[in-house]
Amino acid sequence: MNKLKQLFAAGIASTFMSSVAYAEYGLNMPVGVTETSRQIYDLHMLILWVCVVIGVVVFGAMIYSMIYHRKSQGAVASQFHESMTAEIVWTVIPFIILIVMAIPATNVLIDMHDGSESDMTVKVTGYQWKWRYEYIGEDVSFFSSLDAKSNEARQVGSDIDPSTVENYLLNVDHPLVIPVGKKVRFLLTASDVIHSWWVPDFGWKKDAIPGFVNEAWVVVDEPGVYRGQCAELCGRDHGFMPIVVEVKTEADYAIWLADQKNAAAAAKLAAIEDLDPRELKRKGKKVYRANCVACHQKKGEGVPGVFPAIKGSAIATGDINEHINIIMNGKAGTAMAGFKDQLSDVELAAVVTYQRNSLGNKVGDAVQPAEIAVLR
Amino acid sequence: MTTVTDSHDDHHDHGPAKGWMRWITTTNHKDIGTLYLVFALIMFMLGGAMAMIIRLELFQPGLQFIDPGFFNQLTTVHALVMIFGGVMPAFVGLANWMLPIMIGGPDMALPRMNNWSFWILPFAFAMLLGTFFMDGGAPAGGWTIYPPLVLQGGNGFPFMVFAIHMMGISSVMGAINVIVTILNMRAPGMTLMKMPLFVWTWFITAYLLIAVMPVLAGAVTMLLTDRFFDTSFFSAAGGGDPVLFQHIFWFFGHPEVYILILPAFGIVSSIIPTFARKPLFGYSSMVYATSSIAFLSFIVWAHHMFTVGMPLEGELFFMYATMLIAVPTGVKVFNWISTMWKGSMTFETPMLFAIGFVIMFTIGGFSGLMLAIAPADFQYHDTYFVVAHFHYVLVTGAVYSIMASVYYWIPKWTGNMYDEKLGQWHFWLSTVSVNVLFFPQHFLGLAGMPRRIPDYSVQFTEFNMWSSIGGFAFGLSQVFFCYIVYKTIKGGEKATDEVWEGADGLEWTLSSPPPYHSFTTAPEIK
Repeated sequence: MNKLKQLFAAGIASTFMSSVAYAEYGLNMPVGVTETSRQIYDLHMLILWVCVVIGVVVFGAMIYSMIYHRKSQGAVASQFHESMTAEIVWTVIPFIILIVMAIPATNVLIDMHDGSESDMTVKVTGYQWKWRYEYIGEDVSFFSSLDAKSNEARQVGSDIDPSTVENYLLNVDHPLVIPVGKKVRFLLTASDVIHSWWVPDFGWKKDAIPGFVNEAWVVVDEPGVYRGQCAELCGRDHGFMPIVVEVKTEADYAIWLADQKNAAAAAKLAAIEDLDPRELKRKGKKVYRANCVACHQKKGEGVPGVFPAIKGSAIATGDINEHINIIMNGKAGTAMAGFKDQLSDVELAAVVTYQRNSLGNKVGDAVQPAEIAVLR
Repeated sequence: MTTVTDSHDDHHDHGPAKGWMRWITTTNHKDIGTLYLVFALIMFMLGGAMAMIIRLELFQPGLQFIDPGFFNQLTTVHALVMIFGGVMPAFVGLANWMLPIMIGGPDMALPRMNNWSFWILPFAFAMLLGTFFMDGGAPAGGWTIYPPLVLQGGNGFPFMVFAIHMMGISSVMGAINVIVTILNMRAPGMTLMKMPLFVWTWFITAYLLIAVMPVLAGAVTMLLTDRFFDTSFFSAAGGGDPVLFQHIFWFFGHPEVYILILPAFGIVSSIIPTFARKPLFGYSSMVYATSSIAFLSFIVWAHHMFTVGMPLEGELFFMYATMLIAVPTGVKVFNWISTMWKGSMTFETPMLFAIGFVIMFTIGGFSGLMLAIAPADFQYHDTYFVVAHFHYVLVTGAVYSIMASVYYWIPKWTGNMYDEKLGQWHFWLSTVSVNVLFFPQHFLGLAGMPRRIPDYSVQFTEFNMWSSIGGFAFGLSQVFFCYIVYKTIKGGEKATDEVWEGADGLEWTLSSPPPYHSFTTAPEIK
């Protein structure tokens, strides 16, 4: 109970005293940084004002009536009712207003559906609970998950004040990078459940659905960093898979793209080297914390009935090949995803080794990245 | 021969059975109505308790109390309990109590089925709530139970499916009973176009129920076989289609939201004329508007799915059809205001809740109109703006109408007047707190906060705090409401038969409380 009291005291104090800390809170939809987002903002404001005007008239009439047509004011009830003229008037006028609103909305919708003549394509795949970005034709692809600081602060009972974490829950380890002023086409899909990719400054969200490929596009006008979140409930960590898009000038983008390609090449070479089992275990802990902990829990105890324990499990203490297989390919019909495409050879070798020799397990064996590479 | 005569005599003077078995075996429309209403109130408080935990966790950023998985269970079950356990049974309870009286009949047409359709519900909800104690906890895929997510759930999933089946059976039986009663039990002279609007709106609601509850039953059965019997209706890997589920679900889901609001329209159309002391302006246009809304509700479902990637033509069609709903809904609001206009109004608690309904339901209608604009919906969809929208139409809409009707009819039901001063307090406490609770959520959604998240970025802190404080105050106000109801049942100033000065309708010609078999001889309809 004490915790509760402290929390409320702190909360109320911060509400009234430190408005500065949250000075950037918004009241309205962002105007955004694309032509589409501006059109949508204008539509939003148009209909908002239409509603406000109708509201003033309707509520005004009600309030007038409530003040002047009350019994305590000596009002005597008229008995009029039924008027065909009135019914026609208040059917036709709203209808006309609706048509006026439908016309610009239709135009924007038609524009948004035109994904042709794009300059580049990024495939976006939703995973529980991270995003994968693949630059089509560029051989660059990576995963993007919640940054380590937010992830540490958001655990139940972490005692880290979220306001001390920069961009709490809206920061990732590897942001998506796109060039300014180019028409970037997105192909959206998902590997497990339905997600929804949303950056408010771009003006839209689109569902990422397993087995389907959805299309959307942006042309961003100014360089900058734009943040968003998954918008479709996708399980336990739905609130923790943000989206960060860095929009760079064309030159900066070219440099970034070249760096990515070099890094990918270097990583391929690194995978062949054998590592000390202790080193694998150390790396494996990081991989486990980033990818497995949400379901299998910090100490590998799992969640009874939904997510099996790793501690003492038949798989993590049994045949190592079966263990590698389930981590690489997942288990059909369950929430266990295949991590073959999500993790590198080193990461896979590390996490298997970690699970077998930690979390209460003491099998004593290890697997090397080279062995994983053979299985791909 | 004597035995026959005996039982015949019994039949004439029998009242309620003695003891608690009365409530188990009753076939009396008023007893069953009471059961429904009490059940709905319990569910309303339970669902509210879940909402309190949700608002507690959302009071400030960071996870202080509950695991995100449990948070998802709470949002899911909160919605299912409020919709299927709170609002729908409350309306069925009101229908049971009032329909036979309003049309001048003795009881519902199918009294044994009536008993059964109620007594299914406690078991259905015991099962649904029991999932919290099963391995893996309660369903956590949202009340919209979208696959593939919902198929990842624990052992609670099949129990939820079976609970939904039972609720559906209960609703369909209730709806059949309403239709049969209205078509067969009206007093001579009570033509369809003379029926009170509450009867009319329930008549139309009952058809909606019969049309869509089986669709939901089909959808959840397909989920069940996908999970346990290796079908792949909704699995792309097996040749199925996850979006198909959404189409089926919302083909049920959109008429469902009108099931939750049409009876409310009927209630408000009864209350406003009473306290304005003036007949309803445009009775027949109200009937036609209700029918139009019911029809349109079947052709707008995909506006819940603008972001799934439909073809342009599909999005345009569903946008236009959805915008069209604003027309008959507007007709209703204009008719209520014209009824108030030049009336002689007093503001007892039922009238306050009815006026609160008209104003705040209209605010929810405005945000609904904004959501209908497909391109703008790409921003609003799945944010707190939507949460604000449907809570305005469901809490300050449907729930307010239920409270209005409790205050309006409880003197008739119990024979006691409620405490007017406490009623007014309840209205003002609820109305201030509910707006502190839900209005800031519009801003949160527009500023970019997605719905169904247990933790949020720090720029959303202030409005979430306001919302939580409003939530706790609204929750406490409803505990106060329970006390007012309890106090009225226990005693109070005796109510007259007419109860309200400007009241019109057959219910006010009966004694307060009414006789056990409402109209044993049919009243004369002028």
